[in-house]
Amino acid sequence: MTAAVEHTTVANELFARFGEPPFTLQSTADEIPTLWVGKEKAVEVLHYLKTGVAKPYRMLYDLTAVDERSRQRREGQPDSDFTLVYHLLSFDRNEDIRIKVPLKGDRPSAPTLTGVWESANWYEREVFDMFGVAFDGHPHLQRILMPRSWKGHPLRKEHPARATEMGIFELPEEKQNEEQALLQFNPEEYGMARQSDQTDFMFLNLGPQHPGTHGIIRIILQLHGEEIVDAVLDIGYHHRGAEKMAERQSWHTFIPYTDRVDYLGGVMNNLAYLLTVEKLAGIRVPERAQVIRVMLCEFFRLANHLLWLGTFGQDLGQMSPVFYTFIDRERVFDIVSAICGDRMHPNWFRIGGVAQDLPNGWDGLVREFVDSFPKRLNEYDSLVMKNRIIKARCIGIGCYTREEAVEWGVTGPGLRACGMEWDFRKKRPYSGYDRFDFDIPVGRNGDCYDRSVVRVEEMRQSVRIIKQCLDNMPPGDYKSDHPLATPPRKEKTMQDIETLITHFLSVTWGPVIPHGECFHGIEAVRGSNGYYLISDNDVSAYRARIRTPSFPHAQMIPYISRGHSVADLLAIIASVDYVLADIDR
Amino acid sequence: MTVMGLVVIAGVLAAVISCAAFLVWFERRLLAFFQERYGPNRVGPFGVFQVVADIIKLFFKEDWVPPFSDRAVFVIAPVFVVASVLMSFAVISFAPGICAADLDVGLLFFLAMSSLGVYSIVLGGWASNNKYSLLGALRGAAQMITYEVFMGISLMGVVIMADSFNLKKIVEAQEHLWFCVPQFLGFAIFFIAGVAEARRIPFDLPEAESELVAGYHSEFSSMKFGMFFLGEYLGVTLISSLIVVFFFGGWLGPAFLPPIAWFLIKTFFFIIVFILMRGSLPRPRYDQLMGYGWKVLLPLALLNLFVTGAVVLVWQN
Repeated sequence: MTAAVEHTTVANELFARFGEPPFTLQSTADEIPTLWVGKEKAVEVLHYLKTGVAKPYRMLYDLTAVDERSRQRREGQPDSDFTLVYHLLSFDRNEDIRIKVPLKGDRPSAPTLTGVWESANWYEREVFDMFGVAFDGHPHLQRILMPRSWKGHPLRKEHPARATEMGIFELPEEKQNEEQALLQFNPEEYGMARQSDQTDFMFLNLGPQHPGTHGIIRIILQLHGEEIVDAVLDIGYHHRGAEKMAERQSWHTFIPYTDRVDYLGGVMNNLAYLLTVEKLAGIRVPERAQVIRVMLCEFFRLANHLLWLGTFGQDLGQMSPVFYTFIDRERVFDIVSAICGDRMHPNWFRIGGVAQDLPNGWDGLVREFVDSFPKRLNEYDSLVMKNRIIKARCIGIGCYTREEAVEWGVTGPGLRACGMEWDFRKKRPYSGYDRFDFDIPVGRNGDCYDRSVVRVEEMRQSVRIIKQCLDNMPPGDYKSDHPLATPPRKEKTMQDIETLITHFLSVTWGPVIPHGECFHGIEAVRGSNGYYLISDNDVSAYRARIRTPSFPHAQMIPYISRGHSVADLLAIIASVDYVLADIDR
Repeated sequence: MTVMGLVVIAGVLAAVISCAAFLVWFERRLLAFFQERYGPNRVGPFGVFQVVADIIKLFFKEDWVPPFSDRAVFVIAPVFVVASVLMSFAVISFAPGICAADLDVGLLFFLAMSSLGVYSIVLGGWASNNKYSLLGALRGAAQMITYEVFMGISLMGVVIMADSFNLKKIVEAQEHLWFCVPQFLGFAIFFIAGVAEARRIPFDLPEAESELVAGYHSEFSSMKFGMFFLGEYLGVTLISSLIVVFFFGGWLGPAFLPPIAWFLIKTFFFIIVFILMRGSLPRPRYDQLMGYGWKVLLPLALLNLFVTGAVVLVWQN
């Protein structure tokens, strides 16, 4: 099954149903079938792709927009000021499709997709917030990441990218009061009643500062006693405009920003970004660099899951596990810092490879860890997961079925917990994961407990992968010799004048990545993290879309918490395991 | 009242309060030991003066009464918690002759005082006028009422066997056999109810730090918070010493140590158990706790009472 064949099949299926004229085909570096269609037809086409075609595209994987107004190189694409990009995923085909909708005018609008996918809700709000594109018929079209009082739409090209371009910030008292008034929760806005026939509801503001929310997020609960009638998530407190920064930083200097998107995922974020850049530039990464990358990524998966396991126990009132898991997390970070020179955000992968070769003695450190860690993990497993109170708190709480998970865009351990054996490392191997021997742990019920069991088992698999990296580390280069690999290998820079010039240019201006569009997704620590990058033949990205797993996961929380109690909500939050920066970017 | 009586009262008061203060340090060190870390080890030898530092700090913190609170109740609530626990210590006989008030209804007095303790939670949570505190207070009220019921019933077996409500007589009745053997079920139930009474993990739902932030005492600061804090540790000490009195023979023990030493050793053993539980157990959900209380522990406590009663009747006949 080659991409080209699939390409024609899905396009032909659409042509057969809707005729050829409404569509325009576009070829992209990632070979994902990309079709343009007018906004009148868009929802119908997307609905057909979800329900009509054989092997349907069940998941709305991503929805975003591009401000096309200052883009130079877009031959063959329909004229548009803004473009909506719908990215669908079919598990049956193991294929993606990208539908693009051109929009004209300064304040364009498009019909909403919320009737087809409920999960489109947040995505459309984000597009509205960032680009000022309105969605007709959206149930609650309002800013989601920026404060309500914000002027302008940040990802539009005319919006300033740094505070220094924006004039002096002042916060007089009346403005502060206005801002605070805007934060006041108004249940009617969300169609929530203040009372029912029997009782007045209590509206409880959980967060933005709350020990159980794992960061600055605000969850407003409509409570009947302690039972959650409904919940509203207020996000955006951690929004730092990572996507906007990508348009200002060079391809190379954006790498450290990716570290901080999922700030517990470390170099895993680098990988998602760099695989996309490398695909766009056509760089082949040497085998040794690939294995080094895999090893570091798995270390970060361990670090993340260890932190998760500790805080999971803590959220359920268990005090000790977090101390034990932090000790092991420190051991992981000792190795990470021995190799990369930093702990949580090492910024260590480079375009075309990694920053440096492995240091002398790395294998001793790693071996010592993989030998001793599994035993300790078993202890934590029996301390936390086998505890009867934990079981009573988690089994049957926050359930969703496989269909619901796909509907809401859930990936990663959350998807595997409901019995779906889907791991991008196996299904779409990247960075040489196909050469490793490991299992995909799956759960059955999709409840808090299964999500947790899957994570614990994933740690064992990560150790397996690390062990294989250790035993089979290939010799060779740690960075590609491709001219766009940044910075070039030091030895070559010192010997070869061409490389020296490239080095100079790529460090002063930054490498110029050939124009085109590309997406690549990886199995990050909490689900599928992907970068959709558009290059306009420039030193920085024209548009960088970061598809993060936590965003759809968080959107689902109200749906799975209804009817449970406040205490259950904490278990649900802990088992969904989002990271705030991963939601807000 | 004799001078001796006053000395005993002052002694018990001083001992109990300093024990609670000591526990603050002791628990932190012990938990740290369980959790592979150091704990407070800077102030004084082994960090024992950490408590002094903490108390000084608490005294100098701003004593804030929220403007939205019910001021009078808010101020009185923390006093309740300490007072009710301290009153209970009056009836405990630590050793022959060391007892502040040798009441014939000592056991009932303790139950009455522990019931009063609920008020501090409910009033504190209610007067704070904070949603989290309110939820904590409601949880506290429901939990305490539930566990009060069979806490009383679980002790009735002891009363039947000792033929007295007087704590001194109860200890003396264990001369030959500690009640933890014939009354094992009663002991287990009393222990569980006692943990609930002291609002310790796994029964710390009223404060449930990760859910309700600090529950009923979220709004309290300075020494008002300190009172709740002290109340908790006094509660732990009280329940531990009562377990010793009711089930482990109080001051009784081989003669090479004085009676008071035996009492202290046994009490400390149970205090350590309390701390170990805090270091290892998670927190069940509110409805699970209620269900467990009403559906499991209450029938068991009743069963224990009936069987003990029947056996004693048959024995005496």
